[in-house]
Amino acid sequence: MRPLDETETTVVFEKLFKFVGNNLKKIVENPSDEGPESTPGSYCFRLQKNRVYYVSEALVKRATNISRKNLVSLGTCIGKYTHAGSFHLTIMSLNILAANAKHKVWLKPTSEMSFLYGNHVLKGGLGRITDSIVPGDGVVVFSMSDVPLGFGIAAKSTQDCRKLDPNGIVVLHQADIGEYLRDEDEL
Amino acid sequence: MPALTRNKKKGAKPQTPPTKQVTKSKTPPSKPQISTLKKGAKSLKKPPLKKQKKEVVEEAPLEDDEVSDDASIDAESEELDESDDGEKGSNGLFYNDDEEENEDDDDDEMTLGDDFLEGSGDEDDEDEEEEEEEGPSDVDSDSDSDGDDLVRKSDAIDRKLAKEKEDADAEQQETNKQDETEHDAFRLPTEEELEEEARGPPDLPLLKTRIEDLVRALKNFKALRPTGARRKDCVEQLKADLGSYYGYNSFLIGTLIEMFPPGELMELIEAFEKQRPTSIRTNTLKTRRRDLADVLLNRGVNLDPLSKWSKVGLVVYDSQVPIGATPEYLAGYYMLQGASSLLPVMALAPRENERIVDVAAAPGGKTTYIAALMKNTGLIYANEMKVPRLKSLTANLHRMGVTNTIVCNYDGRELPKVLGQNTVDRVLLDAPCSGTGVISKDESVKITKTADEIKKFAHLQKQLILAAIDMVDANSKTGGYIVYSTCSLMVAENEAVIDYALKKRDVKLVTCGLDFGRKGFIRYREHRFQLSLDKTRRFYPHVHNMDGFFVAKLKKMSNMKQSSEEDDEAGETVEQAEVSDDDDDDDEAGETVELAEVSDDDEAEAIEELEKPEEAIEELEKPKEAKENKEEERLAKSKKKKKSKKRKKSTSNVEEPPKVRKQKKKRSEWKKEIAQAREEKRIAMREKAKEKQ
Repeated sequence: MRPLDETETTVVFEKLFKFVGNNLKKIVENPSDEGPESTPGSYCFRLQKNRVYYVSEALVKRATNISRKNLVSLGTCIGKYTHAGSFHLTIMSLNILAANAKHKVWLKPTSEMSFLYGNHVLKGGLGRITDSIVPGDGVVVFSMSDVPLGFGIAAKSTQDCRKLDPNGIVVLHQADIGEYLRDEDEL
Repeated sequence: MPALTRNKKKGAKPQTPPTKQVTKSKTPPSKPQISTLKKGAKSLKKPPLKKQKKEVVEEAPLEDDEVSDDASIDAESEELDESDDGEKGSNGLFYNDDEEENEDDDDDEMTLGDDFLEGSGDEDDEDEEEEEEEGPSDVDSDSDSDGDDLVRKSDAIDRKLAKEKEDADAEQQETNKQDETEHDAFRLPTEEELEEEARGPPDLPLLKTRIEDLVRALKNFKALRPTGARRKDCVEQLKADLGSYYGYNSFLIGTLIEMFPPGELMELIEAFEKQRPTSIRTNTLKTRRRDLADVLLNRGVNLDPLSKWSKVGLVVYDSQVPIGATPEYLAGYYMLQGASSLLPVMALAPRENERIVDVAAAPGGKTTYIAALMKNTGLIYANEMKVPRLKSLTANLHRMGVTNTIVCNYDGRELPKVLGQNTVDRVLLDAPCSGTGVISKDESVKITKTADEIKKFAHLQKQLILAAIDMVDANSKTGGYIVYSTCSLMVAENEAVIDYALKKRDVKLVTCGLDFGRKGFIRYREHRFQLSLDKTRRFYPHVHNMDGFFVAKLKKMSNMKQSSEEDDEAGETVEQAEVSDDDDDDDEAGETVELAEVSDDDEAEAIEELEKPEEAIEELEKPKEAKENKEEERLAKSKKKKKSKKRKKSTSNVEEPPKVRKQKKKRSEWKKEIAQAREEKRIAMREKAKEKQ
């Protein structure tokens, strides 16, 4: 377990910035309740076995006496470095993304399950969408009852969506909570 | 005369019956003289015996000592006979009446009685039956037997009545027999039959009926026992039948039979065949139970609150969608979790900002519940030894939005070294176990578990619970608790483990905070556990409709480990006692006697030398020790070295030696014996020492 170096930090922050925009500052400065101290601490990012964790500093301090080999996870895992060296956000980061998301789409109940099986979000399944999305922005996907379901990359801007035919792709799938069942081993 | 004899009689009669029979057989020579008198006595007495037995005592005194003695015996034996023979009732009635008239005046009655009694038909029979030597006198009495018409009439009536009664009795007996045969329709199969059965595939209906019969018989063995069968045979047969009908191995079914009475056993086994209701736990980090229930109801899930003791549990009756794959489940709004696995967490009662260790955490049901109760504050070490299970643990933690956990992969026994001793507030030890409480989930338990395996689990559990206790800080402001739970029913994995922990560490049992469940065993077969074990809780599928479960909550009283040597001895005896009680105890006792003798000498010395300054003592001890011990204890030298170290400690603290001795004595009776032996030995040693001086 070690802190991220500079390049890693920029990569991770860029990824997060796509989804949360200026709320990134909020994520970094958020006071943490975890840890036995009653006074709130702060969060930090740590790298452990190719995975990046978003974790309270109090926990980091107390995880130091666990050997690297035996430390499996701490706090929240937000993404991992692939073999090729690129950084991917994983579904476990959804809680953080959803709480701070800048761009959101809401799915109709009928298309929820389709998304949870790993499909892209189509115009026909779209219930609501926030304004001012440009293609390439990170979008968090919610059900109509505001349950976060996953996230992806916008394929069309909000304006374009209006004219789109029902089978057109609005959000390209990146991760969904169905992975907890489908790919538990790869999380 | 009568008055006199009466008194004598009263005194003698109740005590003598057995000896009288002897005297009776010895007395024949004198018989001819008293024969008439005697007969009178008998026949006088018969009636009261039959109809008014209580008056016997008052009637009896009428005769002379000897006579009345004999008579009373006869009367007693007659009593038995008469009650069987209906025919003889006639005289009984007749004399009975007579008696009632004369009850007040004994003297009169006596004379009357003598006259009448000469000829009573049934008397002959009885005499013949009981005393063959009386033959001659009987002849006389026979001739006298035809009395008035009245007598005959009453005779006839009596016979009639008696016959009716007899008939009624017979009828009654017959119906009784029928009842019995109804219950008793089954008998234990013979060996040949069993062999026959063993050849073919099991005949399930036959087994089932036989099991039912056996269980019914065992419930009320006195009344319903199969003819000629011992209880042990029945139990063995029941064991074999249950084993083959439900597919248990002989060890497991044997243990279950030992633990439960037959009726409850059947309920339990039947409950194991059924699935427990699916229950879910609301994740209070993300939603509330009512909201969740609404959402799920809209999805076509039929559910209800679990029960009054849980505010987060819901029970699912049926569902149109897979309950483990709804968007809400995936979003971490609830966890599929057996009702029983809520209990240890409720017992643990974690508080915010505490440090908690979950020793065997996967798949994270309990860990996430703890985190929810702590509202994601504080710190949870979630440990899991098995690598494949770590995936599900981390996945569940993330799905449920738990952020205050550190997941690590250690053997639970190493944890105190890694996390530090006395560093956390609470520990949840949901120990790996044989799983005999969750047979309905995993049928393979029925066949795979053996006594050996249980023993191995118990051993691991004992190590784990000590490790768990070592991690807890007794001085914690809010905590200092350990919760131990298993999903096993075996006493060896539950009460025995707790009992062991109580002996080894300074902990005590506290109430679990669960107001239902059965109390843990204090006594089980050869085991005798500490009384506080009734604060542990057992849960059964047939009683509480959840998986078989055991929960115990311990509070750590101090961070001290109990003095090592005492401790080790205790540990040994505990472990060995479990294997086989008697033999090992004896051996153990033998060993400790040796040890005790050695240490005792030391102690004696120590006491003598207490007045001297400590430093001087240490110097003095070695030579002295050498002198005294050369004669006796060459073999025990290695032991002695250890002991001498201990002694140094004890001499430094004046009050310690007696304390130590007291504790030892308390432990059990053989310790007392040892203490006595010590005392004697000590005296002997002192005398020796004096002689030397």
